[in-house]
Amino acid sequence: MLAMNFRGPFRVRADHNQPYPEIEHPEDAIVRVLRSCICGSDLHLYHGLVPDTRVGSTFGHEFIGEIVEVGSSIQNVKVGDKVMVPFNIACGKCAFCKQELYGNCHEANSQATAVGGIFGYSHTAGGYNGGQAEYVRVPYADVGPTVIPDWMDLDDAVMLTDVVPTGYQAAQMGGIQPGDTVVVFGAGPVGIMAAKCCWLFGAGRVIVIDQYDYRLEFARDYADAEVYNFKELEDPVVFIKKTTDSLGADVCIDAVGAEAAGDTMNTLLGRKLLLQGGSTTALHWAINSVKKGGIVSIVGVYGPIDALVPIGNVLNKGITIRANQASVKKLLPRLIEHVKNGIIDPKQLITHRIPLEEVAEGYHIMSTKLDNCIKLSSHTAFSIKKKYKFLRN
Amino acid sequence: MTDETNPEDFVNKRGGDYSHIKGWGIDADPKNDPTYPMKKRTDEEIKGYTWERPPQQPVNIEVLKSVERPNITAVFGTAMPPKGLSGAIRRFAFKYSESSYARWMQLVLADRIGVVEGYIDDFSKGYIPNVFVERGWIAEWKYNRKNFILKAALTATVATAGILLLTKGKKKD
Repeated sequence: MLAMNFRGPFRVRADHNQPYPEIEHPEDAIVRVLRSCICGSDLHLYHGLVPDTRVGSTFGHEFIGEIVEVGSSIQNVKVGDKVMVPFNIACGKCAFCKQELYGNCHEANSQATAVGGIFGYSHTAGGYNGGQAEYVRVPYADVGPTVIPDWMDLDDAVMLTDVVPTGYQAAQMGGIQPGDTVVVFGAGPVGIMAAKCCWLFGAGRVIVIDQYDYRLEFARDYADAEVYNFKELEDPVVFIKKTTDSLGADVCIDAVGAEAAGDTMNTLLGRKLLLQGGSTTALHWAINSVKKGGIVSIVGVYGPIDALVPIGNVLNKGITIRANQASVKKLLPRLIEHVKNGIIDPKQLITHRIPLEEVAEGYHIMSTKLDNCIKLSSHTAFSIKKKYKFLRN
Repeated sequence: MTDETNPEDFVNKRGGDYSHIKGWGIDADPKNDPTYPMKKRTDEEIKGYTWERPPQQPVNIEVLKSVERPNITAVFGTAMPPKGLSGAIRRFAFKYSESSYARWMQLVLADRIGVVEGYIDDFSKGYIPNVFVERGWIAEWKYNRKNFILKAALTATVATAGILLLTKGKKKD
């Protein structure tokens, strides 16, 4: 079958000879992918920043599809259902799933305990192949996959597998109180969605900081945010202080993660020498820009290696830090409601659509921010109505 | 540059008219206390590793396991089992805790060796990777042609200069 095939940093290919997934467990399903996206955090893998990303792997943790085969124990979904598949793989039974911490499942990733199982996100996250493929194996298919409502646009549905819940959770973890000033670092799709969702929690002012003007313009138009290009600021932290009565923002959101620009030392240590779990510039700025007693919410992805953060300032300022992978399954019912009521329109973030055959171009476009790309969706080329069973034989 | 001298910018302007923002405040919850991290705490973890585990996926490939957990998870990924020199390094890395640099730096090294092994694997199967396509340079040509041509010209110049220098050295010998 056709699938994305990682060959090393900055090098991937569309490979027609990847093996079909098999049912490996009674709670598995096989999903024929209808839409998949390249996520900003896929770029951390693409750039070689996440350890144990093995050549030959297929990425892709944002996808939707049609169920074509189910394991013997599956009861909640059936063949033919069109489902959105949360990026986290969760058993629904462990101590953490019972707390609805689906992003922290303890029965999905043998390779590490600090991160749960994630589709197509290196062996550090369980060694699962991802959805940038024609077919994908979905473990625990009774827990994660959610049937797409008839009325929902498939482009909206695919955004509900990661971008929307991650942005929403970023705002929620900020504990925003009505009137709060929130600064979002990063105007990628998650940052833009986080800015949008801050208003739902009653924010009084939403500021977005990034280095690309086209992304900032998008954030201003889509999320009604006040936007600033940090390259035009002498010091983003000083600017945020000045513009918040010298006190600092109530809430800061790090929606950048490992590949933040803007600080030479962090870039050198985190991105070039790989001596940190990525460049922590956005996190530094968030911690230093938030008010005393404020809240920093982190959804930007960092690698597992230690990272230099100004922990002394965290202590002295009395900051609360909250961070997690989004527990997609927990958030979906509310988010589906918001999409239905027109409060969130996720598909507007998709600026580029490509066939899966052009996945290498897609990664390069996303990586180098070509053609004013915000979000890129890949459509599996199913112009010919092939039957899955037929293909497997 | 943004005008940082304008006092207007230094006022924390908030509390405006939100009527144009659909859903403003719809999810505001005064009980959303961020200092309490888990809203739905069950204390299940106090009981330890005692939940009803899903059936075990048959372990018919090599799965590397973190030393911080007691067993292989009920399901696991089967994408790329360890093999070759990179696999040997990965096996060694997994003897260390997730909190250890020894683990992660070895995995980074194994990843880089895996790239070379990937080339060898391709060549051994008679497949010559099209690096131009795999690096996505078609997109660079489409959307950033000027930069692409400049980079190509620079690379060609440096390569030519290198070859000339090497050739010159040989003639002297």
